Amino acid sequence: MTEKIILAGFGGQGMMLLGKLLAQTAMIEGKYVTFFPSYGTEVRGGTAVYHLIISNEEIFSPLIEIADTLIIMNQPSYQKFKGMLKPEGLLIVNSSMVKVDSSVKSKVYKVPATELASKLGNVLVSNIIILGAYLAIRKLFSADHIMKQLREMLKNKKRELFTTNKQALESGIKVIKSLK
Amino acid sequence: MKQLLTGNEAAAEAAIQAGCRYYYGYPITPQNELINYMAIRMPQVGGTFIQAESEIAAINMVYGSAAAGGRAMTSSSSPGISLKQEAISYLAGSELPCVIVNIQRGGPGLGDISASQADYFQAVKGGGHGDYHLIVLAPSSVQEMADLVYDAFDLADKHRNPVMILGDAQIGQLMEPMEFSKKPREVFPLKDWALTGAEGRKRNVIKSFYPIKGQLEEFNAHLQKKYRTIREHEVRYEAINIHGADIVLVAYGTSARICKEVVKKSHQSEFKVGLIRPITLWPFPEQVIKTMSERVQCILTVEMSAGQMVEDVRLAVEGKCPVHFYGRTGGGVPTSLEIMRKIAEVVPSNLIDKVNRILPLVEVK
Repeated sequence: MTEKIILAGFGGQGMMLLGKLLAQTAMIEGKYVTFFPSYGTEVRGGTAVYHLIISNEEIFSPLIEIADTLIIMNQPSYQKFKGMLKPEGLLIVNSSMVKVDSSVKSKVYKVPATELASKLGNVLVSNIIILGAYLAIRKLFSADHIMKQLREMLKNKKRELFTTNKQALESGIKVIKSLK
Repeated sequence: MKQLLTGNEAAAEAAIQAGCRYYYGYPITPQNELINYMAIRMPQVGGTFIQAESEIAAINMVYGSAAAGGRAMTSSSSPGISLKQEAISYLAGSELPCVIVNIQRGGPGLGDISASQADYFQAVKGGGHGDYHLIVLAPSSVQEMADLVYDAFDLADKHRNPVMILGDAQIGQLMEPMEFSKKPREVFPLKDWALTGAEGRKRNVIKSFYPIKGQLEEFNAHLQKKYRTIREHEVRYEAINIHGADIVLVAYGTSARICKEVVKKSHQSEFKVGLIRPITLWPFPEQVIKTMSERVQCILTVEMSAGQMVEDVRLAVEGKCPVHFYGRTGGGVPTSLEIMRKIAEVVPSNLIDKVNRILPLVEVK
């Protein structure tokens, strides 16, 4: 098993945290993992992209040339990175901010993450909604394991924050389940 | 316990574990996670953290702490390391142990902030003036970054010599699982030469200035003797599948990771690729390369530069077999497919059929 994921959005959409949560969980489950931020001299509102590789075997280059999965949070990232997805790959987009065109032939999941996050009262958890969707599709790790990592990361923060994140994860999972 | 850290953070924590209590730095991408980590950690362990007014100030603060016998470190990236060269020459000339981390980015000039290995010449040939050498260590994973930084402080003290960690933007910013397996250093070598206050003993002098005729030549002879000892005892490298290999790759750091993928994929075919990965860039593992060159048809050196380490490979090989080169510059990172294509281009004609059979194995799917 090797899963190569490209995570992209604008700075502040939480792709770093999303990737780190997956990477931490992968590490604890004994997988090989590399997580690489590939940032340039980016402008505000532009793109921040992360290369995440999870594998049962040793990982050599942490750079992804062709991705198994693209998680895309905003339109500029979609334009920039859609070409990196393999033909039968998985595309998950934040449909509140991304319009998918007909050029993409892979399986596409549209999750209105920003909208759903606003409904939960915190737009910042849109990344966790997307994470919930990803877990429901790929089933790489259980939601419980991810929540455990999230609890660890938020241990010095307010309790409500953890509750909102938990709701966000569940909401992302629900979006995918309702499609099936 | 395993942790997920960037190479930069691992370098900083390893320095703390090795007993470094004096860190001086100035921000520059792509090594900012290191200085950031030090700003948080140094006060926690009762150490000194100073964000200096410039790279030059930072390295001269290192000189001061090292002269007083402390374990001191600075870090920067390529343009900042260029600024430090005068003081690095003084540190070598004063035989002061310290650790300097260079997380290389693209050059020349301000360049860019992507990974590069174009500071090899500067690191191993003496970037400053005078006949001197740094001990230069090149990690190729986050784990190795931590291990080498820890060892760097011991090597520096053992030989009274500055040690450079030569990383790059990829190794610095990459997060991988790693663990600190070595015990925090609590006992340190005696530094009877250090400036610790001369009450009750003969005064010590730290200097690199020898104006009386003959003295400087004598001092240089002493330095060269020390460098010979380092050459004899401190060479480190990793050799993979070099026995029976059709071609051997020579690469360090990030480039070596990608070469390892080529080596691994070649297992599945009858064309065998080996790898020598220098861990010490100075002293250079010339003996193993020389011995290996007598048995293989050719060597391919892979670097993220226009061709720097390849010169040392050629010096070691002394013309015994052809030494080819593949490099990417300006932030470009080689891929395993590019390396295989280059192999196909350079192997002797009797091996081409074998190589062509392995090419599909490295195609990205």
